[in-house]
Amino acid sequence: MIVAEIKPIEEIADSIKAIKDAKKVLVAGCGGCVTVCLSGGQKETDIMASALRMKMEVDGQPVQIETATYERQCDPEYVVRFKEHLKDVDVVVSMACGVGVQFMAENYPEIIFVPGQNTKFAGAAVEHGIWEERCMLCGECVLAKTGGVCPIIRCSKSLLNGPCGGSQNGVCEVSKDTPCAWQLIYDRLKGQGRLDMMTEVLPAKDWSKNRDGGPRKIVREDVRL
Amino acid sequence: MSDVKVVGFVCRMCALITSDLGPPADVNVTIETVELPCAGKVDGRLLLEAFEKGADAVFVAGCPEHECMNVKGSSRARKRLEHIKEILDQVGVGGERLVMYNVSGTHGPRFAQIARDMAGLLEKLGPSPLKARKA
Repeated sequence: MIVAEIKPIEEIADSIKAIKDAKKVLVAGCGGCVTVCLSGGQKETDIMASALRMKMEVDGQPVQIETATYERQCDPEYVVRFKEHLKDVDVVVSMACGVGVQFMAENYPEIIFVPGQNTKFAGAAVEHGIWEERCMLCGECVLAKTGGVCPIIRCSKSLLNGPCGGSQNGVCEVSKDTPCAWQLIYDRLKGQGRLDMMTEVLPAKDWSKNRDGGPRKIVREDVRL
Repeated sequence: MSDVKVVGFVCRMCALITSDLGPPADVNVTIETVELPCAGKVDGRLLLEAFEKGADAVFVAGCPEHECMNVKGSSRARKRLEHIKEILDQVGVGGERLVMYNVSGTHGPRFAQIARDMAGLLEKLGPSPLKARKA
């Protein structure tokens, strides 16, 4: 999932205050990834709305703040549902990830959008309340060759043929909290009896599949209407 | 201080029993109690709503952490309170207006003590900044 973290309330309030004559604000929640990572679902949206109402009141610039949450902000069929909540709205604080904020703004270009979150990474909940990055969205997955452990995102140097000399007792030299990805790969392959794969030299990565090739796009003719 | 309002979210298994007697006569604050099946049921939205609706201070009273019949209810409530206190600090209301108490159901005078604590707190802090703005 996309993992995001709520912005400081003061930063969001300042963004609202910077918009001249803003009287009505909609805090828009998203029922997708940010609900699962407990940062932008209905509950967090209600809390943000309440906090912003109080902040603006205390700062002497009260505004009307309402909320609406739908399944996603990155699909047209759900984005259209926000329309009924946008009457007289000057600003939308979107609690979605950066994708949702932009997609909503594209669909409602007359409205000013303010992000309620900092979008962090594509990751997983390793335990309740702890999320870790697992994918860099590089565009060309090598997991079949690395025992299901991604060296691109989990190795601090993104080495395709590791480990480097900074790996000590299974820990990366960058931080004692960062396991060495290549130690993890070694342990996984050893457990699976496939250690011979460690001798395979992986070729240099084609980074044009990543962001280096510019913004990416996928067209699937089989599902287009 | 009679227009000073305190909202207390009280666990049915402990603090609610001690709150039966109500605040002592010499404590001149209005205490509105909201019964919860467990302190762990308390939600950040409820706490913030209480402040938005005019509370000058809010407390949550749950069982001692090692005695919660739902095992982690009181400790979860404490963690949620810590989060909401940070939000109250950020919005300028003040996190010190939100207090967690751990109460045993067999400790009758405890609620009176909480009432006195809250009255003392509000004497020190004054009314909620939200109320001050509206006035």
